[in-house]
Amino acid sequence: MTVLDTDLRPAEPPRYVVFWQRYRRNRAALLGLGLFAIVVLMALTAGLVDPGDPLRRAGLPLLAPFVDAANPLGTDQLGRSILSQLFYGARISLLVGVVATLVSIIIGIVIGALAGYFGGWVDDLLMRITEAFQTIPNFVLLLTLVAILGSKIEWITLAIGIVSWTAPARMVRAEFMSLRNREFVDAARNLGVSNTSLIFREILPNALPPIIVYASVIMALSILLESALAFLGLGDPNYASWGNMIGQGRAVLRTAWYCSAIPGIAIVLTVLSFSLLGEGLNDAMNPRQKQ
Amino acid sequence: MTADTAPILTVRDLRIALPEGADRPFALQGLDLTVHPGEIVCMVGESGSGKSLSAGAIMRLLPEPHVHVAGGKIIFEGEDLLAKTEAEMRKVRGNRISMIFQEPMTALNPQKTVGWQIDEVLKLHMGAKRKERQAHALEMLKRVHIPDPESAYNAYPHQISGGQRQRVMIAMALSLSPKLVIADEPTTALDVTTQLQILKLIRDLQKEDGAGVLFITHDFGVVAEIADHVIVLRQGEVVEQGPADQVLNDPKHPYTQALIASVPDLLPPPPKPVTTLPVVLKGTGLRKTFAARGGLLTGKRKAVVAVKDLSFELHQGETLGVVGESGSGKTTVSRLVTRLLDADAGAVEVDGTDLLACTPRELRGMRKHIQMVFQDPMASLNPRKRVVDIIAQGPIVHGEDPDKARARARDLLELVELSPAAANRFPHEFSGGQRQRIGIARALAMEPKVIVADEPVSALDVSVQAQVLKLLADLRDRMNLSLLFVTHDLRVAAQLCDRIIVMQKGEVVEAGFTAEVFANPQHPYTQNLLASIPGRTWTPPYRKTDAA
Repeated sequence: MTVLDTDLRPAEPPRYVVFWQRYRRNRAALLGLGLFAIVVLMALTAGLVDPGDPLRRAGLPLLAPFVDAANPLGTDQLGRSILSQLFYGARISLLVGVVATLVSIIIGIVIGALAGYFGGWVDDLLMRITEAFQTIPNFVLLLTLVAILGSKIEWITLAIGIVSWTAPARMVRAEFMSLRNREFVDAARNLGVSNTSLIFREILPNALPPIIVYASVIMALSILLESALAFLGLGDPNYASWGNMIGQGRAVLRTAWYCSAIPGIAIVLTVLSFSLLGEGLNDAMNPRQKQ
Repeated sequence: MTADTAPILTVRDLRIALPEGADRPFALQGLDLTVHPGEIVCMVGESGSGKSLSAGAIMRLLPEPHVHVAGGKIIFEGEDLLAKTEAEMRKVRGNRISMIFQEPMTALNPQKTVGWQIDEVLKLHMGAKRKERQAHALEMLKRVHIPDPESAYNAYPHQISGGQRQRVMIAMALSLSPKLVIADEPTTALDVTTQLQILKLIRDLQKEDGAGVLFITHDFGVVAEIADHVIVLRQGEVVEQGPADQVLNDPKHPYTQALIASVPDLLPPPPKPVTTLPVVLKGTGLRKTFAARGGLLTGKRKAVVAVKDLSFELHQGETLGVVGESGSGKTTVSRLVTRLLDADAGAVEVDGTDLLACTPRELRGMRKHIQMVFQDPMASLNPRKRVVDIIAQGPIVHGEDPDKARARARDLLELVELSPAAANRFPHEFSGGQRQRIGIARALAMEPKVIVADEPVSALDVSVQAQVLKLLADLRDRMNLSLLFVTHDLRVAAQLCDRIIVMQKGEVVEAGFTAEVFANPQHPYTQNLLASIPGRTWTPPYRKTDAA
């Protein structure tokens, strides 16, 4: 008479299908995904749009957009094509965003996981270090690091990663503290699983969703930090980057506004895309937070 | 009971719609019920039967618009509640209909004193002066038998015990002499001895005031204790209703029969001659104190003794029950013997090796001999792993070939009566009982000498509980397992355990064969526990589970 408890429910669709269904519900997140796809496409097709060096002279200086067919978005004061700089700049922005985010997330996970899992003096020590980093304003620390390391693009990326790991470390720590006392962790420990496996195989996968969501925020911040450095003239001069473009366009802002406005719009849209993407990921990964 | 007087509450053909994508379109389909003055109507059902939503509908507290009333009538003292505006409803709630919730800790505001919270209700509806209100509140606290009402009036919710909090909730609910009281599982979160007191209290106060009570519960023992009239719900449909005596002792509907047959009876198994068998697990002089870690400025708090000098022996093929109320230290015992917690003193010998003296490396090797089934089936399986990997994990850690371990995991699924299709799914796709079966399979995968089960069925519905208990008993007999079974539920202990240890405040107050302890308890605490089992005088009529 009663339904036997052992009857299984119908199988659910695979995880990525469910994920996509949830993500799709948020229109803004779809817009974010679209913008992100455009930026990626720009980075990928930069070589096709302009096979040469984006920093070479391509025409008369300070051509307005939509005047010259060879330079559709105009040229800056040195006669470099804004369009090809924009495309190559997308590469730099993405590279900086992704690598700096990875660096900061990895440092954050290791420190946060150790502090949250072991607690006690390990936690005290690691959290004091984290707080020491948090008390120094991000950008000041970044300027110092770049001043010490030099303004090669690799160092800049690493420095951005180093200044932004504190927030993910605190998040991972909080997640670990709440997860480490769950019964499934005890169950695994009771099977004889080692601490390393408990941290990385049992707890970490469960702690990741909020971290991944936050990664999109860090990515947006990294791009902004890189642009800010370039704006101050501390960017790597050997690469076309959006920040460099704005920094140089500033000198001719009143006569040729488009030199800074076009890369400015690109930065705004890219950062916006990451932030919308993050919101969509949040809806898809933590569906219970919103009704 | 008092069918000639006009009913307080009449519900006709109530239907509650669920949002799209739920497992069924209606949470409740055609509920009819009547509550007369001075009558206690019990609504019984398993989780998901829609019993709490019907209470929400009567109070008009459904999470609208997702869940809303789709049809029917709710007539309270001649007025249609569904036609009332929100402002009119506010005058009814708390005043003429009041509610007692399941979890008194979350239903009370932790920031305000008990007195403030009772006063708030009175301020809204009574319209009397402050002095009068306070006098009335104190009077109510006295009526619910709170010792020292004055100090309780000024206490914060965390300063009084769980039972007293529930008394405060009852005082609040009854303070305005409502015509109808809705009690939603009011004793589920309480210990048995407290539960009995609260049930008696509700019964007495309701007799004095002549209010009608709609009592929601999942526990047939509680029904037997308190109900005049019973309504059995299943998946939103009423399957049976009638006078308590008739439904309990002569259920007509097969579902009711099955539910009642699932209630474990209080007949312990005959004593097994276990004492001659070899001892597989032996605890001696176990002690655990939880030292509260004081902050920099707060200073040290007093340490709590969870387990005080516990010794026991578990024989091969035997089931030893550890019973006691919350705070008795029984869960700590389960963590000590598996060394998930480190004991302060004592020894735990598994087959002659002291687990507590092992180095971390030795301990990891020893763990395969003593496995555990956990309490919360939702929390004890890693949500990001497939079932087959969860079960095979232990053997793989201990060096078994991964492919072989997975193949054996599939066999184990069959052993716990789950379809092999379950292997590649994730834990959230299973019901509570099924997850608990997976937990059992995980423990069995290690071929342990001892299984420690910490309240393995307390989170499950009765019918599921009966099935899981039966599985455990079957496996134990077939594989000659030794079980250390921790539970608060004496009915469950009676079903499964050969011997029991009764614990109170970290100490063993009584130990012996289950049948003997149940028949002739020596310690006053054990006597009190046994006397508090809800519905102990009611023996469920014998019916086979598959009667239909």
